[in-house]
Amino acid sequence: MACLVRSWIPLLFLQSFLVAIAFGSNEGEEFSEELLLKPLPDRKVLAHFHFENRAPPSNSHGRNHHLFPKAISQLVQKFRVKEMELSFTQGRWNHEHWGGFDPLSSMNAKPVGVELWAVFDVPQSQVDISWKNLTHALSGLFCASINFLESSTSYAAPTWGFGTNSDKLRYGSLPREAVCTENLTPWLKLLPCRDKDGISALMNRPSVYRGFYHSQRLHLSTVESGQEGLGSGIVLEQTLTVVIQPETTSVETNMQPSWSLSSLFGRKVVGSCVLAKSSNVYLQLEGRLGHESKNVDTEIEAHKLWMNSDFDLSLKPDRVIRESSSLLFIFDIDKSSDSEPFDLGLTWKLPSKWSCEQAPLHASRFLMGSGNERGAIAILLKATESQEKLSGRNLTTDGRCTIKANIFQIFPWYIKVYYHTLQIFVDQQQKTDSEVLKKINVSPSTDKVSSGMLEMMLELPCEVKSAAISIEYDKGFLHIDEYPPDANQGFDIPSALISFPSHHASLDFQEELSKSPLLSSFKEKSLVRSYTEVLLVPLTTPDFSMPYNVITITCTIFALYFGSLLNVLRRRIGEEERFLKSQGKKRGGLKQLLSRLTAKIRGRPIEAPSSESPAAESSFLSSKLIFKIILVAGAAAAWQYFSTDK
Amino acid sequence: MATEKRDKEEEEVKTDDGSLKIKPRPIVQLGIFLVAHSPVFSVVFSAAGVLALLILPLLAKNTYISENALMPGSARSMLSNRDVSDGSKLVKDIKNYRLNHEGQGVEVQKLIGKYMSEMGAEVYYQKFHPEGNQFHPLHFFSGPDSYTLLDNVSCASYGVNVAGIIRAPRGDGKESIVLVTPYDFINGGDYEALSLGITGTLFSLLARVTWLSKDIIWLVADSRYGDYRPVAAWLTEYHSPSFKDSDLLKCGELNTADKFRRAGTMAAALVLKVDGRSERFEDTLSIYAEASNGQMPNLDLINVVNYLAVHRQGFYVKVEKVVSLLSSSWLKIIGEIFEAVGKLAHTLNPDWNFGIPTADYLEGSATLASSLYSQALGIPTGPHGAFRDYQVDAITLKVSPRFPPDSKTRQHDFFLRGAKLLEGTIRSVNNLLEKFHQSFFLYLLTSPSKFISVGVYMIAFALLVASLPMVAASLYIDGCKALNNSTLNPAGNFKSWKWLDAAKQVFALHLFGLIVTLLPYFICQVPGQHSPSNRSIMWGTTSSSLLLITFATIPGCSPFSSRRHGTNWAVLKSVTISAAFIGLCLMSIINFATAEIGALLLVPTCLIVQPIKPALRSRRIKSLLGAFCSMVLLTIGFPVMLFAISKGLFGEGLVGLSLGGEFWTWLESLWAWKSATYLYIGMVHLPCWLLCLCILFHPS
Repeated sequence: MACLVRSWIPLLFLQSFLVAIAFGSNEGEEFSEELLLKPLPDRKVLAHFHFENRAPPSNSHGRNHHLFPKAISQLVQKFRVKEMELSFTQGRWNHEHWGGFDPLSSMNAKPVGVELWAVFDVPQSQVDISWKNLTHALSGLFCASINFLESSTSYAAPTWGFGTNSDKLRYGSLPREAVCTENLTPWLKLLPCRDKDGISALMNRPSVYRGFYHSQRLHLSTVESGQEGLGSGIVLEQTLTVVIQPETTSVETNMQPSWSLSSLFGRKVVGSCVLAKSSNVYLQLEGRLGHESKNVDTEIEAHKLWMNSDFDLSLKPDRVIRESSSLLFIFDIDKSSDSEPFDLGLTWKLPSKWSCEQAPLHASRFLMGSGNERGAIAILLKATESQEKLSGRNLTTDGRCTIKANIFQIFPWYIKVYYHTLQIFVDQQQKTDSEVLKKINVSPSTDKVSSGMLEMMLELPCEVKSAAISIEYDKGFLHIDEYPPDANQGFDIPSALISFPSHHASLDFQEELSKSPLLSSFKEKSLVRSYTEVLLVPLTTPDFSMPYNVITITCTIFALYFGSLLNVLRRRIGEEERFLKSQGKKRGGLKQLLSRLTAKIRGRPIEAPSSESPAAESSFLSSKLIFKIILVAGAAAAWQYFSTDK
Repeated sequence: MATEKRDKEEEEVKTDDGSLKIKPRPIVQLGIFLVAHSPVFSVVFSAAGVLALLILPLLAKNTYISENALMPGSARSMLSNRDVSDGSKLVKDIKNYRLNHEGQGVEVQKLIGKYMSEMGAEVYYQKFHPEGNQFHPLHFFSGPDSYTLLDNVSCASYGVNVAGIIRAPRGDGKESIVLVTPYDFINGGDYEALSLGITGTLFSLLARVTWLSKDIIWLVADSRYGDYRPVAAWLTEYHSPSFKDSDLLKCGELNTADKFRRAGTMAAALVLKVDGRSERFEDTLSIYAEASNGQMPNLDLINVVNYLAVHRQGFYVKVEKVVSLLSSSWLKIIGEIFEAVGKLAHTLNPDWNFGIPTADYLEGSATLASSLYSQALGIPTGPHGAFRDYQVDAITLKVSPRFPPDSKTRQHDFFLRGAKLLEGTIRSVNNLLEKFHQSFFLYLLTSPSKFISVGVYMIAFALLVASLPMVAASLYIDGCKALNNSTLNPAGNFKSWKWLDAAKQVFALHLFGLIVTLLPYFICQVPGQHSPSNRSIMWGTTSSSLLLITFATIPGCSPFSSRRHGTNWAVLKSVTISAAFIGLCLMSIINFATAEIGALLLVPTCLIVQPIKPALRSRRIKSLLGAFCSMVLLTIGFPVMLFAISKGLFGEGLVGLSLGGEFWTWLESLWAWKSATYLYIGMVHLPCWLLCLCILFHPS
């Protein structure tokens, strides 16, 4: 379990802060900007912007920040946030082609929409209040409906399944949140140079949002100074990950497209942000290329690294770092200027093919069943090619090779999950819980109060080909005003998080590390995790356009019901019958009276023939009724005729 | 009016003062009036019901797009010649391969799979077993089978579907649109291959567009074992996979284990088929929409396709119709009468425009009859029916080109237009934020652009059925009177329990109907191979012996029992009519069209039937005529007879001796599709028909 406890905060930061404090420097605030570019195997290019802003521990609350955004520091102070991450994502991360076993994907492949988690440094009883306030503050800060996470039905408190062990952690996500430039602008405002200068100047809105995937992330953590009287320092990490398809003119389909920064973003970098301590651009080339050029040290060989028969770089890298399976070219953009803008380009000369390292198991999730009554959620874990390489590392005490997989899933309350129906199949064989389930934590949902949560740890044999987990649920009914707008679309089940606690992704640089925060975060071991798809559950929806019909029908039923009930209570049939019998004798007189009355009525309108056939007269009731009906029909027809003819 | 009211008040005051007579309330008065004059009213109501059915084509409204988000045809098509040449190349490759190779392999599937993956789609293959659903009485109304019986599968026959998924570039993968092209990989003709060409063209476009918000699934269904089965098997695997090990996966060299991929909740599905050459000058597009038990897809889906096909791509769009009705003279006369009445009304008031030309009326009635028949049968009219089981709106488009399949130049144009039609439809569905819900689900079509909504067509049924409770009440009253007069011992005669004997008989015969309904299941279990006609004979003999047993064991049931045991026929008829009324009303909720057609047959029979003996004895023309009518109606009402007549009506000749076998096959298809019509025939129609027979031969 120790691996799960691993904190997100790199120890390195702590060290550097301690050094800064030791020197007593007041200008401890540091800002660095970095951009990592990486061609992907499916002819796309990944651009990962990384900005880091550090505020050292301070001893006064009213301190003025030089670089650090005040909004964030106030947020941290007010709500005592220990660690927090907020991400806005559009599009799906393609685990097969874009990788799933490197620090980049495990940290930046996020679920669609908004995801927020935070750890608070407050007493247990106040965590929920702090969370609610935080969601509202963030909602205002980022122009997003993060405040919907305030409701207790939309967030959960994971214990160990999320990867961070803390009882003061809250997690929530909004899959339907549309992400657009209105969310990016406030995010850019937190940068000292905004998007006016430096690397962030590349963020041309149309090219960023034209991409196949973009995820903007904000991660902040506080660092305790360890000294009395001193507050805590804050590290703010802002990243934007974009996957862009370079436009190509070549018709050859197996040739990787060539690109440059200006063709990708439509802009060039003109100098670094002057406030940044370091501003670097990295280019990572993966796969075959890395292996081929091992053990090259001389200057000429190094030159070959970036200008060889396979590809050309338009600029000479300042440094080249080798990693176990990839090459990393480092460019310093300080030298660029208006006259000589930094426009890195990559030109491919030969077709090349490589594949990304994938997570041990590929997870997909889907809904089962049909109808509006019940269904089931299934999570399917399939072995990937890279699994063979990875296996063997994790031998358990009894010598078996196993893969551990954590599944963390939130269920909205209207998905009423029956946890006892949990079924686990490994390689098409049904397994009992005790065989594969190592740990499970369930918190059932309460109707309209709280959402349900499921955390499980599976221990699968290394040679597993596929594993399936299914769990059944009933669909709940919502009250008419609990339906969101566009209710007929269906309801979302947030992504499940699959993490592999015994696998850690890190880039293993062979040379000594530079001071770059991005590279040092890559060097840190990070938990391999992947999010599944968001699911859409169709629930029964009332016909909102028909309240009138509903009211009419309901009123009719009520009237009929109460009318007949009163009749039954009030009337005495036996008495009435007795009365009628006693009246039967006097019937002749009564009949005479009534016939006289009808004659009177019949005389009124137009000269109707007073003489009727005795046959019709015999049934008094019918003639009267027929007469009435004819009268009404005639009046209606006349009215219709005269009113429409005009 | 005011004076009348005052008079009434006066009247009431007088009666109250003078005699304390309590006047019945108007609604009770009306009820008594209706019951008292039930013969007249039942005739009027039934006639009005039939008339209302006949004027339905006049009342049809033009369809309109109800959901604003659909916006059909508002975007310009992005199809290019490159896409069309991709599609043509696929068709050419398949044809060439089929010419040079013979055999049962999966190479053609792989060819299509290769094409899909070149386009950038995720491809997978799915094996399925051709054995479909079997009749099981307990699973009748249950949903789609979750666990298909795949325990003892032989590898001798299995089909392989190919499916490709295009992921929407910026979509969230929550929803998907399905395109299905059934294709027989072994015997498929040239026309069938054209459907692959159209979809291939479209797929080439969809793989590179950026406007997709829903994933696109293209399923090439292996139609070697029929169109429906592969689609149903794929849907079952999509929605309710069995995670257990199956022998089927090990068949053949193709490994399909764990390869199945999904793409979220389905928003809509389109099935495309190309068959035969068009008889008209234009390319013809036929739309099939009926799914099991008369369920229809949302009308908006049909509207979008119809709008795009007619106004953008110039197809001739049609829906199925009963061709024999077009030339029937009686319908023509009715149409002329309606036309004349319409003209007369128009001269009276220029705003009254309900008259339509006779030709239109004939077309409308023929289409309406087909629509009613397909819905009443409860059998889906195409592979789209499989989607309805999962609440997915789907239709089948059958395109008939006007050129022979080997014409290259025409083919290009045909692919372009077909793909443009599908592109427009997919674009419209792609625009949808919510699932289809705005437009009608309960409707009948009288032409591709005209429909009758439920509010209109239920009037005909309501009028037909309305006479039943009235007649039942009046007969009950008559029967009670007759019983009171005839019974010798008034002490043993409880006044309010007179219907009990009749109810016993009705219940017994309904029970018999239930057993007869379930019998085929047991007959199917009889070991050995039997021809359908043998089975129907088995069924017939067991049923009739059962009927004899019923008559023998339950006293008073049989029409031939002695008079002392027999119930009064009026009471029996009253209870029969009540049972028929309840049965028809229940059926109208499950499948309206079945109830409508059933009411057309059952209501006149129930109303007219009377004991034949007194009629013969009296020798009056009126009663003899009544007896003759009831005989005729009862003959028509026998289910087998009905089947033969409907066969004749739909232009399929009577086969005489093999009728029993055909009837059996027909019923088998009904229960295989889980059609509620089968239950209706067995549990409502047959018992009521038998009861009418009992009344006819009643010894009174």
